[in-house]
Amino acid sequence: MKAEGYAKRRQPLGGWDVEIETYQVGDIFYCTINNVDPGARFARAEGSTREEAESKALEKAEKYIKQTRRFPTS
Amino acid sequence: MADVLVTTDWVAQHAKDANVRIVEVDVDTTSYDQGHIPGAVGWNWTTELCDTLVRDIIPLRKLEDLLGKSGVDNNTTIVLYGDNNNWFAAWAFWQLKMYGHKDVRIMDGGRKKWLAESRELSTDKPATGVKTYKANEPDVSLRAFLPDVQQASAQKKAALVDVRSPAEFTGEILAPPGLPETCQRGGHIPGAKSIPWGKNCNDDGTFKSVDELKKLYADQGIKGDGPIIAYCRIGERSSLTWFVLKHLLGFQNVKNYDGSWTEWGNLVGAPVEKP
Repeated sequence: MKAEGYAKRRQPLGGWDVEIETYQVGDIFYCTINNVDPGARFARAEGSTREEAESKALEKAEKYIKQTRRFPTS
Repeated sequence: MADVLVTTDWVAQHAKDANVRIVEVDVDTTSYDQGHIPGAVGWNWTTELCDTLVRDIIPLRKLEDLLGKSGVDNNTTIVLYGDNNNWFAAWAFWQLKMYGHKDVRIMDGGRKKWLAESRELSTDKPATGVKTYKANEPDVSLRAFLPDVQQASAQKKAALVDVRSPAEFTGEILAPPGLPETCQRGGHIPGAKSIPWGKNCNDDGTFKSVDELKKLYADQGIKGDGPIIAYCRIGERSSLTWFVLKHLLGFQNVKNYDGSWTEWGNLVGAPVEKP
């Protein structure tokens, strides 16, 4: 058994850059989403297709990232 | 390559050696079950690498039990790897060094590189057998506590390295985007320099060369000629920077402040610098 079709890409989400990582192990597709800075994983999902896993993970990620508040820095 | 780092090729060749134990430690504690390096055991950082009652590192007896049931004795070569560029693999490395384990290494590039190279995975938990492990008392010279950090900040007794993202350092955000806020105030410890952990790594998750790392820190005035304290939010990202400074660059006096911003940023009356 191996991870197949490992891929990653970056895109904006809710005002932040995120990295979307997908791969397949056996019959299951996995998707994990990291914030680009600092690089922490904060959402993941699995599905029977790459699109399904990604769609589910993005839905969770959007919900979580909307809760991130910005504060004045001075 | 430093003797504390091994390549994915090395692991593929040695994972099943009798004296080698591969251990996966992930931020996402479900990753191990998706598929791991054949023969690797999995450690859960939230339950197995800490004291679950008080906020503290793993207690000595609990560590001995964990290592023993993982088939590790005092002479085993432990190779750690994990997701998020080895954040919690470095956290485990730091604790194993505190307890005096001699031969512990990190797989350069971590889980991401193993997956990207489409290497063999297994969902089987290995039958490791049980061994007896005897740990040393923890070497607290590798760990900074709050009074050390207060003194370092107030009297400039040590270089403070904040390894969080620039937005956390300035106080624009209280936690990495998408994660729960775990502090009452944003900003950084007065006098700290911002050197985000990610600057230690290449895009494939491997560590940068020693020359690149030396330059990264020297450009911020950190040359290993004085004490250094690294911190982040909960102490795992700073474990990675601690690993770089102590074991890749060979700096002598480096401590990890695992209380980090979740301690400092919640203290009543603690001085905070912004931006």
